[in-house]
Amino acid sequence: MFWTKLKRILRAGFFNFWRDSTVSFASVLVMVVTLLVIGSISFSSAILDTSLAELRNKIDINVTFITSAKEEDILNIKHTIETLSEVSQVTYVSREEALTAFKERHASDPSILAALDELGENPLGAVLNVKTIDPSQYASVAEFLESDNVLSSNDVTIIDRINYFQNKAAIDKLIRVISSADRLGLALTLFLAIISVLIAFNTIRLTIYIARDEISVMRLVGASTTYIQGPFVVVGVIYGITAGLLTLLMFLFITYWLGETTENFFVGFNIFSYYLRHFLEIALIIMVSGMLLGALSSVLAIRKYLKV
Amino acid sequence: MIVFDRVSKVYPDNSVALEGVTLSIEPKEFISIVGPSGAGKTTLLKLLLAEEAPTDGAVYYESTNIHTLKKKEIDAFRRKVGMVFQDFRLLPNKTVYENIAFTMEAAGRADEEIEQDVPHVLELVDLSAKVWNFPRELSGGEKQRVAIARALVNEPEVIIADEPTGNLDPANTYDIVQILKKINDLGTTVILATHNKGIIDLLKKRVVAMERGRIVRDDKSSKYFV
Repeated sequence: MFWTKLKRILRAGFFNFWRDSTVSFASVLVMVVTLLVIGSISFSSAILDTSLAELRNKIDINVTFITSAKEEDILNIKHTIETLSEVSQVTYVSREEALTAFKERHASDPSILAALDELGENPLGAVLNVKTIDPSQYASVAEFLESDNVLSSNDVTIIDRINYFQNKAAIDKLIRVISSADRLGLALTLFLAIISVLIAFNTIRLTIYIARDEISVMRLVGASTTYIQGPFVVVGVIYGITAGLLTLLMFLFITYWLGETTENFFVGFNIFSYYLRHFLEIALIIMVSGMLLGALSSVLAIRKYLKV
Repeated sequence: MIVFDRVSKVYPDNSVALEGVTLSIEPKEFISIVGPSGAGKTTLLKLLLAEEAPTDGAVYYESTNIHTLKKKEIDAFRRKVGMVFQDFRLLPNKTVYENIAFTMEAAGRADEEIEQDVPHVLELVDLSAKVWNFPRELSGGEKQRVAIARALVNEPEVIIADEPTGNLDPANTYDIVQILKKINDLGTTVILATHNKGIIDLLKKRVVAMERGRIVRDDKSSKYFV
């Protein structure tokens, strides 16, 4: 009897969805909007994570040496730093390379180039660029460099300056600004999600309101609660599935269209490839939200009319 | 046997729909309840279906007080009673076949039974040609015949018809009354609420007249004098 009943409920739900196509179409559209908002929560938190990680990656230590420092001494220091367990990479930029890079950076600014020419000699010192495995380890590496261990052979320091301390404040501030901006965005999206869930709930409530006479007739011919409620819940779930599939398809187009823009804007974060990589996860969230929203709205909305 | 025992019904707005109504209906009886609009006919039927609860008194069906039944028992009780309404109340998104099958499904009947009984009952109301039509594609008379077929298909012990001919022309009215009579001849109790004098004269059965929530006359023969 259970299977017969289930079969009848599923069939009735499917027929109701199909035969009331205008109402179904409207409800699915409203639900698509809701699921789009829910889905974009996942995207915006991914953008937040990637941009913060990218920014943290920008933190490094530039050790600038005095112009008279010998290349040999500098390479010795490089070697010492490389032996530290926290350090992942040390890059050496010679004085000439530093000058070329400087000129390239200011190619469009003739006054700076003219000033450089007037100086006659290369004012830039060589640089060691140090990256650690974890951003939190920069402080200890910087302290190590400040200490006496890295003095040149004749006990005179050849380090001109260590710029970690100068950039740190700016970078920290930038991280704070970005994360609070993103948190605000996330809060707004959540707020939108709540509103659109309420709208979807109300739409389904209206479809059941339209059917209230039908529900009372079912009651009067002696149909049980499950038997009346079942098909409405099935219709709600079908709304959810249809809207979920449409939403996933729309995200495919939207993220493809936004892919390059996001890659340029959020340095290396391509929303399209993120979508493809996390498709299963996002699809699961959207499909389950859709089905739950449809089923729960139906159950809650129909209760009122079952009292006869 | 159905018994209304000193039943009163006062709605929350203090309008009195029934006042101390006592009435008993024998099995296999055909009883017409007549009276002007607002006399309390529909309220009486609603109490019998447990759609409303009485303010005072009790309604018994075979010595069970209907209003002490639990929700599930009410569902089961309603399956023993077939209901026909003035406005048909068919399920708009279901075909004629499905409308009738729904009642059987609700009663937990098997698919084979449904496949066998639905065409049979449609034949009884002479509607075999419209099995796959939707209610919106039927005339008023046809809709009412579907409603009767639906009320009939679970072989109920009682059929309650509330103004079943109220929206029909004389020819269809005549047909519906003949069908109800046939159902009664086959052994089902029929309770008919109407204010159509012609029907009562045609039936020559018991007539209970109501006015302002009271029974003013209970006539075993059949004339509508009110």
